[in-house]
Amino acid sequence: MASTRTNIMVCCGTGCLASESEKVLKNLEVIAKARGYAEEVQIIKTGCFGFCEQGPIVKVEPDNVFYVRVSPKDAKDIIDEHIIKGRKVERLLYMEPNENERIKKQEDMPFYKKQLRVALKNCGLINPEDVYEYIALGGYEALGKAITKMTRDQVIDTVKRSGLRGRGGGGFPTGLKWEITKKQESDVKFMICNADEGDPGAFMDRSILEGDPHSVLEAMAIGAYAIGADKGIIYIRAEYPLAIARLNTALKQARELGLLGKNIFGTDFSFDINLKYGAGAFVCGEETALINSCEGKRGEPNFKPPYPAEEGYWGHPTCVNNVETFANIPSIIMKGADWFAAMGTERSKGTKVFALAGKINNVGLVEVPMGITLREIIFDIGGGIPKGKKFKAVQTGGPSGGVITEEGLDTPIDYDSLIERGSMMGSGGMIVMDEDDNMVNIAKFYLEFTMDEACGRCGPGRIGTKRLFEMLHKISSGKATMADLDALKQLAYMVKDSSLCGLCQTAPNPVISTMKHFWDEYVALVKDEDHPQGEGRYVPKNKIGMKS
Amino acid sequence: MAGSPEKYKDRKKIQIKINDEDLTVPEGITILESAHEVGVKIPTLCHLDLHDLQLYNKTASCRVCMVELVDGGNQNRNKLVPACVTKAYEGMTIRTDTLRAINARRMAVELLLSNHPNECFTCPKNLECELQALAEELNVREIRWEGERMDYPKDFSSDAIVKDSNKCIYCRRCETGCNEIQTCGILSGIGRGFNAFVGPFANIPMVESSCTYCGQCVQVCPTAALTEVYHVDKVWEALNDPDKHVIVQTAPAIRVALGELFGMEAGTIVTGKMVTALKRMGFDAVFDTDFGADLTIMEEASELIYRIKNNKTLPILTNCCPAWVKFIEHQFPELLHVPSTCKSPHIMFGTIAKTYYAEKNGIDPDNIVVVSIMPCIAKKAEAKRPELTKDEHNNVDIVITTRELGAMIKEAGIEFNSLPDSEFDRPLGETTGASVIFGTAGGVIEAAIRTAYEWMTGETLENVEFEQLRGMEGVRKATVRIGDQDLKIGIASGLGNARVILEEIRDGKADYHAIEIMACPGGCIGGGGQPYHHGNHEIVKKRREAIYEEDRRKKIRKSHENQEILELYREYLGEPFGELAHKLLHTHFEERERI
Amino acid sequence: MKIKSLDELRKIREEHSNQVRLREYGEMAGDKIEILIGMATCGISSGARETLNAFVNALSSEDIDNIKVVPVGCIGYCHSEPTVQVNIPGQKPVLYGNVKENKVRDIIEKHIKGGKPIENLILHVDFERA
Repeated sequence: MASTRTNIMVCCGTGCLASESEKVLKNLEVIAKARGYAEEVQIIKTGCFGFCEQGPIVKVEPDNVFYVRVSPKDAKDIIDEHIIKGRKVERLLYMEPNENERIKKQEDMPFYKKQLRVALKNCGLINPEDVYEYIALGGYEALGKAITKMTRDQVIDTVKRSGLRGRGGGGFPTGLKWEITKKQESDVKFMICNADEGDPGAFMDRSILEGDPHSVLEAMAIGAYAIGADKGIIYIRAEYPLAIARLNTALKQARELGLLGKNIFGTDFSFDINLKYGAGAFVCGEETALINSCEGKRGEPNFKPPYPAEEGYWGHPTCVNNVETFANIPSIIMKGADWFAAMGTERSKGTKVFALAGKINNVGLVEVPMGITLREIIFDIGGGIPKGKKFKAVQTGGPSGGVITEEGLDTPIDYDSLIERGSMMGSGGMIVMDEDDNMVNIAKFYLEFTMDEACGRCGPGRIGTKRLFEMLHKISSGKATMADLDALKQLAYMVKDSSLCGLCQTAPNPVISTMKHFWDEYVALVKDEDHPQGEGRYVPKNKIGMKS
Repeated sequence: MAGSPEKYKDRKKIQIKINDEDLTVPEGITILESAHEVGVKIPTLCHLDLHDLQLYNKTASCRVCMVELVDGGNQNRNKLVPACVTKAYEGMTIRTDTLRAINARRMAVELLLSNHPNECFTCPKNLECELQALAEELNVREIRWEGERMDYPKDFSSDAIVKDSNKCIYCRRCETGCNEIQTCGILSGIGRGFNAFVGPFANIPMVESSCTYCGQCVQVCPTAALTEVYHVDKVWEALNDPDKHVIVQTAPAIRVALGELFGMEAGTIVTGKMVTALKRMGFDAVFDTDFGADLTIMEEASELIYRIKNNKTLPILTNCCPAWVKFIEHQFPELLHVPSTCKSPHIMFGTIAKTYYAEKNGIDPDNIVVVSIMPCIAKKAEAKRPELTKDEHNNVDIVITTRELGAMIKEAGIEFNSLPDSEFDRPLGETTGASVIFGTAGGVIEAAIRTAYEWMTGETLENVEFEQLRGMEGVRKATVRIGDQDLKIGIASGLGNARVILEEIRDGKADYHAIEIMACPGGCIGGGGQPYHHGNHEIVKKRREAIYEEDRRKKIRKSHENQEILELYREYLGEPFGELAHKLLHTHFEERERI
Repeated sequence: MKIKSLDELRKIREEHSNQVRLREYGEMAGDKIEILIGMATCGISSGARETLNAFVNALSSEDIDNIKVVPVGCIGYCHSEPTVQVNIPGQKPVLYGNVKENKVRDIIEKHIKGGKPIENLILHVDFERA
């Protein structure tokens, strides 16, 4: 058989699928076959490339040509022109806004130039439904190395020294979490992967699971080996059907190859994974709520301590890590702690995936080294603000974070610097606002989300978020008094202080930070009789494009 | 709660500081428990610790007990923690009196009130409400939050429990009790966020659920989200109807708890005052359910002996408790042949009142109204069961709780505390010590044994107090030697404990002869219709002691020595467990769905 | 089949390495030798497709994976098709003409491996492109 000379990779992540990338894939296959090129050309369905704004994405290798916004009818030109005649299809190349030149190569595109892919390294590169592609790029070697050549303590030590911190939002050191769970004396322990991604606009976990499911399975097995668990659970929201399907395929393949199951790599380590589906409650991303939900109970958090590491799933020591956290593990094992620790800042190592949304040109998923500045992300990678509008603020950390204004744009970002700025890393949602956005409305938008998503267990979370929302509504309708602003502030701090879990403890952050940075907008709505109501009035599901 | 509860007594001692006071406490103790040591009362709402029952509500959800945890190094790192679940550690410093903590606690209540109906005046929990008390205690003087409130219809579907979800503060005490203690799983969180409240699955009407109406949820609800169906007005109506002959009967557990409603010490026996009050309220006859209890023993002991002698189904299960009966119907329909077929004591009494008593006094049974005063909410629903009301003459017409009786006495303007004592009316008023102890867990079986012993051996039982049948544990197993036979006895109070025993029976692992089951932990003294204990289980223990004291005061302590009972059989019923007795005093059960 | 050791895993990796060989990934980008094949109509009609496949097959059978073979459009020397341009990083590009299938082996052996361009195949033009 002749070796294939060309690979055509078609993004089949959820975003591109929604823009008919599956038809593109099908057409490419049909036309290549009809022209007699089926043998020479391999057409691969891959996970997300991240540049969702420009989807569907098609990449041709080894030519290194990156096509954007490919429609099913473009398939003909890609085969006839590019594959058969070697001529790039100019009109499908990416063109940087404000510049006239089309860019052929991925690495030349500003969107990719400053990115550094660790967690997403296989996304867009391999067929996520083919375990052999994963293996061909070194997959499962980290698992083999960990369980045949390393002790459990060495694995934990490597992860600890790498400086990897939880990517789900909290930023707790992963190695330490593993160590604590390992130290618990119990015959039964669990490794849980938190795939209940819920921040509005954030979809890095989904992308990883869709594009590179084996990396998560491999990492879970490595973690399970380290902590002494033989069972794992991936808690994934049922709204991620594609990720679920790919995970199921991956699980099946891994089991067939003995990479999951009994006596992995011929050792006495056994480990298998089940999927549990969440019903899409934001609060179930909180680890104790997640565990309750796994047990079939109401998805609401418990008071900690005891932490899951001590008493988790059905009372057994349980380690819960996020998808993106796991996706970093195989590389850390293969390349070592020092390699990972060389990236990032003093206290936040490695890379972080962010989901860019809102008033920004390049909506999509980007992975960047920790310590990059917001300015680089928003203006260099994200392509700045559309229509030449002025940047006003960026919300990091999703609904739990706060706004960061112009003056914070040059801070190197990591877990700690964001908290110092009154926001947080969160799971990596990043929503950009321009000069047209009214900040009271922004706060209200987020409060509406957390109010809806609060489980209701604790009083401040159940009633406090509602009252915060109602008060914001009163302000934005121009009916509030200065005393109301004081009451709002007081309530915001009380809810932050008194709520039971992280969801509602952080829910007031958008209020607190917008009051801090944009106090005049609040006052204007109270005092300024001429304040244009149209601007101040709240538009539900508003225009910054997160809920659609 | 005492300063350092028993459970911590062997723990290592650590040093902590609360509001500048140094104190030494056992490791593992919570801040809430420690604070008592230095005379600091931290308010609580959702917290409930009935350790005798293993009922701990540790949801830490109301956030009313927030205190400030002081960080030695950096004041900015101080944070608020809930005192009820936060454990003390060596060197911990707590302040309960900072502005931040005081504001947080007050605002927690303010927020709850902002979503609570403003109807204290007409609320059934007025002056018994824990939220109301907290509002006063924490100085809430204004509610700054105008906004949406929950707006759910009240659920009046059942004959026993009213659910008013708008008053639910989501403390989950009821849910914890319903699931962990009673294992019924009826109540759980419904909805999310602002709309969350506790109710049956999918918020179906209570009557459609498998609720047993044990009323333990009502007993622990801090507000009026769960209360009993009120029947006070029906009683006033009957009393004021000149055509009606209104008979009242009082359950054994009432006399040791009613006084609490009038400021008396828990465990005060007020039998005489209670009878006087009932007479002054205008009841035509004041009787004692204890009479029905003695009658129950006559039937149940006969049934037990019959089953033993004829190798019929054993064990026999007592079925005085209607919540327990409903429990087995829903949860173990395959075991419905196991319980005794006896009606419960107050229903037996109602039957006798409308037959024997009516005939004897020449009263048309249609004009007799039987009112039962019960420590129980389930009795309200029991009295409405079709098989118990099928012969047109409701055996019992109205059931009111201890609390409702207290309310009626107050409404009637009767100064209860200064009342003289009176005796129950005759002839259905003679009672024994055996029937009094029906009021506490283990009592029914002890009463039955007192009778069965003498009947089976033909000997006189000298010591009637069977210590092995007494105790507050949820499940108790004991052996009683009767003649040459060892009778194996099981006692369970609380439906979760009942479930343990029923599973043993179902799986063929039980070798009991007789088992007593009561739905409420501790038996009827801890019933859902009793004065609210507000989380203080010592009250229930004192009622129990009073029950045994009342037993000791009785001249006759065995049911079969009750002369009026014997006369009833002689004149009317014939043999115990005989044909007429069967017709009037026994019943049947039916399989019910489990939802 | 169950993988029972790290070696077995590596064997499988070997077996499937061809499948992903052509893909650019992270750390490999940059220092690759490029072989560009002119694939315009005249090129194809002179056998450029066969030449291209011959390169691909030869390279993969020898496990050389720092080279990429890329079809390009018309290079402009229709008289000498198929045309092949070899770009070795740091060196001047070399353009060959009349590269039929049977010349492929030579180019790989002498130029790619041996570092010496095959003079008699070179089309001598002045490159302004790179």
